[in-house]
Amino acid sequence: MLWDAWDKGADWLSIKFLTSFPSRFPEEAGIKSALMGSIWLMVLTAIMSIPMGIGSAVYLEEYARKSILTQLIELNISNLAGVPSIVYGILGLALFVRGLNMERSLISGALTLTLLILPIIIISSREAIRAVPSSIRDASYALGATKWQTISYHVLPAAIPGILTGNILALSRAIGEAAPLLMIGALTFIAFTPESIFDPFTALPIQIFNWASRPQAEFQYLAAAAILVLLALLMTMNAAAIIIRNKYQKNLKW
Amino acid sequence: MTTVIKTINLNAWYGEKLALIDVNTEIEENKITAIIGPSGCGKSTFIRCLNRMNDLVDIFRYEGEIIVDNININDIEPEALRKNVGMVFQKPNPFPKSIYDNIAFGPKIQGVKDKGELDSIVEQSLKKAALWDEVKDRLKDSALGLSGGQQQRLCIARTVAVEPEIILFDEPCSALDPISTSKIEDLMIELKKKYTIVIVTHNMQQAARASDYTAFFLDGKLIEFGDTKQLFRKPVEKSTEDYIIGRFG
Ligand SMILES: Nc1ncnc2c1ncn2[C@@H]1O[C@H](COP(=O)(O)OP(=O)(O)OP(=O)(O)O)[C@@H](O)[C@H]1O
Ligand SMILES: [Mg+2]
Repeated sequence: MLWDAWDKGADWLSIKFLTSFPSRFPEEAGIKSALMGSIWLMVLTAIMSIPMGIGSAVYLEEYARKSILTQLIELNISNLAGVPSIVYGILGLALFVRGLNMERSLISGALTLTLLILPIIIISSREAIRAVPSSIRDASYALGATKWQTISYHVLPAAIPGILTGNILALSRAIGEAAPLLMIGALTFIAFTPESIFDPFTALPIQIFNWASRPQAEFQYLAAAAILVLLALLMTMNAAAIIIRNKYQKNLKW
Repeated sequence: MTTVIKTINLNAWYGEKLALIDVNTEIEENKITAIIGPSGCGKSTFIRCLNRMNDLVDIFRYEGEIIVDNININDIEPEALRKNVGMVFQKPNPFPKSIYDNIAFGPKIQGVKDKGELDSIVEQSLKKAALWDEVKDRLKDSALGLSGGQQQRLCIARTVAVEPEIILFDEPCSALDPISTSKIEDLMIELKKKYTIVIVTHNMQQAARASDYTAFFLDGKLIEFGDTKQLFRKPVEKSTEDYIIGRFG
């Protein structure tokens, strides 16, 4: 499939392809609005999901008392991580687009993606926090540090590489998702780049989906080229995650 | 002589398990008190009561009184107690940070902000731990690059940096080679001029060499407590004698 995309799409890749808006004429068409939409989505989703995810992970791991309630919450989080993404799309449609009247805007899309990846972020951040050896905490407490000082000076910095890796991987999942965005009604033909978070938007997977479902061969090639761009984006993110992990693994041996 | 630590009818539990039974001790200022006894007899539990490190174990609880500097330790904040009663652990546990940051952390959380003052605390602490000459040119390097013995002395320097009055050592040499061990012993004898020291050890020679008083624990009970020379030469209890000549443990 990868080869197929390369074969069909490589010739269509050009600066013009990246900087033009979609068009009825394949030669004119580009992914500017989709690429910008995806970047907007990624940034907004990151801004919302990362602090919330890490905060929840710290709370659950360090502060929450073990009770039936917290066990229930934990069970739910692991279950939510396994729910198909289209279900989040339905939720986003009901909650943000209709319920909160946010329309089919970037913010609705980003909130939906945030819901989608929050469980993954919480789970991977908790694992990273749990991997910090207790001897580090003991050392900190024994010097008279409070719980919060111990967490902020020692536990979080030691867990940050693991947390970042998990978060980047979660974000790259969000970037590749089409189903929940289609569900909340992201448009496919957008001839402008979003100016604010309340603007309508499109995103790479949606543009790909749209082009791929057209009969003309040229649009198939456009879809293939857009797939290549999306793949490049995903691979860059995954590479960043791996580099971060390796870099810190070398420094952190205990 | 002044008593700095006193325990009265100390009983301690992990869940249902009784780990210390009616332990009464008086620990003297500027002396080294060694705690000996077979594995699982409650040595670590005892010293971790003294700085409330056991509070971090959910299922732990105790009854009785623990008095440090004439104050019941429950009457002060655990953070204030732990600043005053420092602890060095069995396995060297430096923070995965620079040598400098390892030592500066304690003073920083006590509110020392001035860079010059921190620099001087770092230098003084490393000197007190007999580590300064070995690391003075690489204070910014990671502490994890030091040898095990150096790491343990760094942990001592880090403890000294917050100016405690008492330092608890839980088998500080069990992960170290003989040369590092003797360095740490010399260091403790030097440190007792300023600090009161309590050390858990499995090494009878170490207890005999370095300590002034020795306490022998067995199955959670304090069996015998007295002058080290006396206890090793003429133990009163049969079980103490059996232990120090190596019949069990
Ligand atoms: N966190 C804990 N939870 C449950 N039981 C514990 C815990 N820590 C210690 N114990 C139990 O309490 C008893 C005393 O343990 P302690 O660690 O004080 O022994 P110790 O004399 O220090 O032994 P060692 O020489 O092996 O370090 C042991 O039976 C041990 O199993
Ligand atoms: Mg022990």
